[in-house]
Amino acid sequence: MRRAIPRRLTQTTSRANTENTLVKLYPRQRHRVLQVVTKLVIPFVLMFGLYVQFHGDYGPGGGFQAGVLFASAFILHGLIFGLQQTRRVLSPSVLRVMMSLGVLLYAGTGALTLLMGGNLLDYDVLAHDPLHGQHWGIFAVELGVGITVTGVIVTLFYGFASKR
Amino acid sequence: METVVAIVLLTFLAIVAVGIIVLRDLLAAVVLLGLYSLIAAGAFVVMDAVDVAFTEAAVGSGVSTILFLGALSFTKHEQKPRGNDSIIALIFVVITGGLLIYGTLDMPHYGRADSAAQMHPDLAVRFLEVSIDEVGMPNVVTSVLASYRGYDTLGETLVVFAAGIAVLSLLGLKRRRPEEEAPEDAPGDTPKIDPDDVQSQY
Repeated sequence: MRRAIPRRLTQTTSRANTENTLVKLYPRQRHRVLQVVTKLVIPFVLMFGLYVQFHGDYGPGGGFQAGVLFASAFILHGLIFGLQQTRRVLSPSVLRVMMSLGVLLYAGTGALTLLMGGNLLDYDVLAHDPLHGQHWGIFAVELGVGITVTGVIVTLFYGFASKR
Repeated sequence: METVVAIVLLTFLAIVAVGIIVLRDLLAAVVLLGLYSLIAAGAFVVMDAVDVAFTEAAVGSGVSTILFLGALSFTKHEQKPRGNDSIIALIFVVITGGLLIYGTLDMPHYGRADSAAQMHPDLAVRFLEVSIDEVGMPNVVTSVLASYRGYDTLGETLVVFAAGIAVLSLLGLKRRRPEEEAPEDAPGDTPKIDPDDVQSQY
């Protein structure tokens, strides 16, 4: 660190002059490495969340796990870049909509099966082929779970982190 | 081999649990709590419950550790020194703990053939055999969670939703006024470099 600063700067007699130059040269120096690494990691975390969401039918995973993973990307962003930056990316009002939207999607799927003549959450009636109906139903329901869990977890984080 | 791994994991689990109880430093206790969840996730993998392990690792050791750390910022990092512990409290704790351990004696041992799940395997066997034709998902856990027991999962989602609403109404997310929006008081943000700090650091 000492070497990176030109010698003439360290030898300046005026203390105020030195400070100003240093602040200009190294703004927000301390978290730079973390910020760069975080920016690299976040897309992969989001991608893995989507994978867990949509591959839950075939492997381990599903809406709950995917929601937590998706939310953890935003939590990571909030820890490294500060809550104000993250609020600009994902505002609390959007989160409120997400929380309700997921539950609505789930319950709406149930209501749709009722309207189409089946029992509540009996996905067989959603398509001509019962297996396709099951596929669509589980897809919608898991998506609803994922959206709600993402919204709630990020809301919890905002709630705790914005009070300090 | 599997037994050895299970024994090692459960031993670690017990050690970490004792550590959490003994530690007075709350920050270290929270970190140990994350470790506890991670070891529990490993134990679940040994028991072939991959979905549960996944959830435990993500929620238990990931998010809840962060939330505990957030909660810690409201309080001090040190537990208050205890007052004089009364004998009566000790007696009550010993009796309650003894009753709980006595209760576990009735539980069937892990994987035992005459446990209730093994004695009445109709439902489990049915799910395993028929779910691929009825639901068409290779992952039976997803079939049960989202289709057979979809009503329960709707309830779980509502519980999560209710938790979010509760936190919103208790803690609130007030829109900050512009003068409060100074980036320096954002958590995790770089503190403003003050002159003395610059001098000492470089």
